[in-house]
Amino acid sequence: MISGVLIFSGTAQFVSVAMLSGGSFFMAAVTALMVSARHIFFSISMIGRYRNEGKRKWYLFYALCDESYAMLSSDNTPDGVNVSAYRFFVTLFDQASWVIGSTLGGLLGNVLPFDSTGIDFAMTALFTTVFIEQLLTEKSRIPAILGFFATLLCLLVFGRDYFLIPAMILIIAAVLFMRNKTEAKDASTGKEGDNGA
Amino acid sequence: MPEKLHALIIILIIGAVTLATRLLPPLIFSKSEKVPDVILYLGKVVPYTAMGLLIVYCLKDVSVFTGSHGLPEIIALAVVAGTYLWKRNSILSVVAGTVVYMLLVQKVF
Repeated sequence: MISGVLIFSGTAQFVSVAMLSGGSFFMAAVTALMVSARHIFFSISMIGRYRNEGKRKWYLFYALCDESYAMLSSDNTPDGVNVSAYRFFVTLFDQASWVIGSTLGGLLGNVLPFDSTGIDFAMTALFTTVFIEQLLTEKSRIPAILGFFATLLCLLVFGRDYFLIPAMILIIAAVLFMRNKTEAKDASTGKEGDNGA
Repeated sequence: MPEKLHALIIILIIGAVTLATRLLPPLIFSKSEKVPDVILYLGKVVPYTAMGLLIVYCLKDVSVFTGSHGLPEIIALAVVAGTYLWKRNSILSVVAGTVVYMLLVQKVF
């Protein structure tokens, strides 16, 4: 439970369990960096969105996770709902369910009446629905396809233990390249580029 | 070093690294009045790329050449995609896909 509150990252917590007895401190830090590096990615993309959240933004950043990121980065707050409050409560419920879930899991893990093998597929399924929605939306289609294939390429080239960081570098390089190209095009047609705003 | 202290230090180190990955980017850019355009641009486009990245990350341990050849994953993803295109309801698709996947890995493969 302590690690549920402090680490609050499924994979990092999992790694910490493996290292609790006998792992070296340095390896623990490097491994945590590898599995948590995607949060740098999440965090960077929320800077613009959370800019006006005041003190609350530090909580939003601290508790940012795969699930809250999937819900909040698509910017589809339900109509008539205060955006700040929506962000805060989505993040809070995500974190609460995580901390309560990992505590309950620790306590009840061995007495569950059914076999939960494969339940982690729910996360893959959630990402897949968001991905399909992005494919169906004109403006997000190309970046979505780019993200998928760039990561797949890096998985094949670097192997499953090291592909995440090269994939993120490749994706950022590719979207920056796309931005420069659209700006050059906008400049030549005399149009104001709206990419930066 | 006592076992428990070692375990606690490991948890603290991993916690600190995890926290750093989330708080450093906003810390670096909160000083400046205006967030650079390029960061705002990345903020708009990167989320679109991240779902593809996360899907590959979730499926990284699937092996096409050994074991069940990734068939449970392919079938369950087809269920997710099919139900989503049909109803456009992500909760329905997540539940349906997960149930199918659990049945496949537990009972079939």
